[in-house]
Amino acid sequence: MPRRDVMHGSRAVAEAVRLCDVKVVAAYPITPQTHIVEDIAEMLANGEFDAEYIMVESEHSAMSACIGASATGARTFTATASQGLALMHEVLWIASGMRLPIVMVNANRALSAPINIWNDQSDSIAERDSGWVQIYVETAQEALDSVIQAYRIAEHEDVLLPVMVCMDGFVLTHTVEPVEVPDKEQVAEYLPELRLPHVLDPEKPVTMGALGDPNYYMECRKQQEIAMEHALRHAEQADEEFRGIFGRGYGLFEEYNMQDAEVVLVTMGSVAGTVKETIDMLGADVGLLRLRLFRPFPKEAVRRALSEAKVVNVIEKDVSVGFGEGALMTELKSVLYGSDVRVLGTVAGLGGRDITTEHVRQAIERAERALRGEKVEEVAWAGLKEEAL
Amino acid sequence: MKVAADIPSYVRCRHVCGASLAATRCFKFRKLVKEVSDEELFASGHRGCAGCGCTVAMRLALKVAGRNVIVTHATGCMEVISSPYPETAWRVPWIHVAFENSAAVASGVEAALRALGKKGIKVIAFGGDGGTVDIGFQALSGALERGHDFVYICYDNEAYMNTGIQRSGATPYGAATTTSPAGRVSFGNRTFKKDMPRIAAAHGIPYVATASVAFPLDYMEKVRKALSIEGPAYVHVHASCTPGWGIASEKSIEVARLAVDSGMWILYEIEHGKARVTYKPTVKRPVKEYLRMQKRFRHLSDEHIAVLQRYVDERWKEVFGED
Repeated sequence: MPRRDVMHGSRAVAEAVRLCDVKVVAAYPITPQTHIVEDIAEMLANGEFDAEYIMVESEHSAMSACIGASATGARTFTATASQGLALMHEVLWIASGMRLPIVMVNANRALSAPINIWNDQSDSIAERDSGWVQIYVETAQEALDSVIQAYRIAEHEDVLLPVMVCMDGFVLTHTVEPVEVPDKEQVAEYLPELRLPHVLDPEKPVTMGALGDPNYYMECRKQQEIAMEHALRHAEQADEEFRGIFGRGYGLFEEYNMQDAEVVLVTMGSVAGTVKETIDMLGADVGLLRLRLFRPFPKEAVRRALSEAKVVNVIEKDVSVGFGEGALMTELKSVLYGSDVRVLGTVAGLGGRDITTEHVRQAIERAERALRGEKVEEVAWAGLKEEAL
Repeated sequence: MKVAADIPSYVRCRHVCGASLAATRCFKFRKLVKEVSDEELFASGHRGCAGCGCTVAMRLALKVAGRNVIVTHATGCMEVISSPYPETAWRVPWIHVAFENSAAVASGVEAALRALGKKGIKVIAFGGDGGTVDIGFQALSGALERGHDFVYICYDNEAYMNTGIQRSGATPYGAATTTSPAGRVSFGNRTFKKDMPRIAAAHGIPYVATASVAFPLDYMEKVRKALSIEGPAYVHVHASCTPGWGIASEKSIEVARLAVDSGMWILYEIEHGKARVTYKPTVKRPVKEYLRMQKRFRHLSDEHIAVLQRYVDERWKEVFGED
């Protein structure tokens, strides 16, 4: 029977790892990911499930060990954040290039300098080209469910790509929410045992990680792109089937109050809660599109969903320094190229700065002024202390 | 491996059983040679240089390990020459991930084998000196400390040969490399070789050994021991590099042997904390003879050669207890 409980988002992730019958966990502690790896350790210490737990000496080695374990045919998990993810950068590309279905939770946290342990999404956004599927979640429940879905997507024979489940550090990892923990048998029904087409096995020796010269390299990259196209389809399917078994699903993105909305806010992650709250509070005729699947980017579906919109304001917790806007805004402009939708941006919540309903209201107001044809700032920084610059 | 009819006289069994018999007459030597597999698991046709000492280290280690092994490999010469897609020299399962993480990847492989209940499969991690004593140092230390059941083999050709002979932490004093060139005001590399085997031993692991490609049976016996002992084992094999050291292909093994006979490299093992020298040269050859054979040392003045000789003498005395 599914169990309803209240728990930290981190615990929900650990529960998912247990339910998925992960065989090898390799992790290195970093705030705010620590509760995830602590909870997994506690579960293993209490015999709640059985896995090899490698307490590596760095995140670089965490991902390297996951690669070794996954290549040997074991279902593999790790979790990290910020500097840890940055340290993994080199090996992230190798994990995806070697087509290993590793699942990782990233507890989104700002990057140094200045050193800052609080939430924003610059860390995982910076890895958008690393060949990992990226899912951004809004709640602890969605974090749990997305980890289960992540294995389903990653391990599909047409996909075989690693998946990163991104959850806002502290906001989700350290916040207690009601969570329904699915039944292990039901998860086993949803997620079959891992069977990889090629593993390191003396019975059938293979060479992995060979040198790919200019004659072969491009095809490997193109194959990853094709796998991403499959991942888009399978992510949708995995979510639908999940809904069939567990009674809840999320889609590739969530649409809120989108009916006839000319102004739409677009965002990712936990801040969607604040946005919904503000829309309800104002009784505004404003929609929200919360993107869940950032890689592969569901371009067609997003374009369709925004076809009736006039002005979009992207609220995001990252900025591409030197380009003056966040990555999601840039990408959305690219997706909507050729349409009449005006795209504005709001850089918010960097380094854990609170994003309040007032900030959201301002974002709506700016979009509405643009809708009326008034001149507005293309990109605004919410809650910025101008006097401190 | 067939016993060659004319085994040279230098192949004495001293490094196998300590007796002073000629190797061919030694029972243990003959037994060892007979036990070595004819099977080539590191296939010929790879792109290593003629006279490459490192490929010898790969090939012999696999002869000892047999088929039931998984190999992880650091980026480097041996990786590049053995795995240009769609070719491979590896007849055993083999994985290369990056430069600094061969030991970490091996940790994952070993953990997965345990998690999946696959018993009896050995794990060997290979890395060059750069991938071991420099960039892979942390990952190696972590893997040794965690007690994984694997063998790490560092093949040490004393510089970053794959990228064009740059200095590493294992480059000996006085050697000219492309980043420590000899010049009007430079005598080459200013530092002494990092003592990696002793650093490995400081982790308290059950087995550490040094070896040389010029002493194949000694090396293979050490790999065998390393594989048979449960827990982490570290084997550091000195391996000649013809372009990097500036030697002729046919001199590769001769130079490697002279490294040992001059005391520039000492063959020993540390088993459960007990150290044992496995080969003592009958005649201690002057370091100068070793240096003279290699282009990388050719520029050295008598003064710098004397520094190296003193360094060797100190270690010699420490290890062998005599001058």
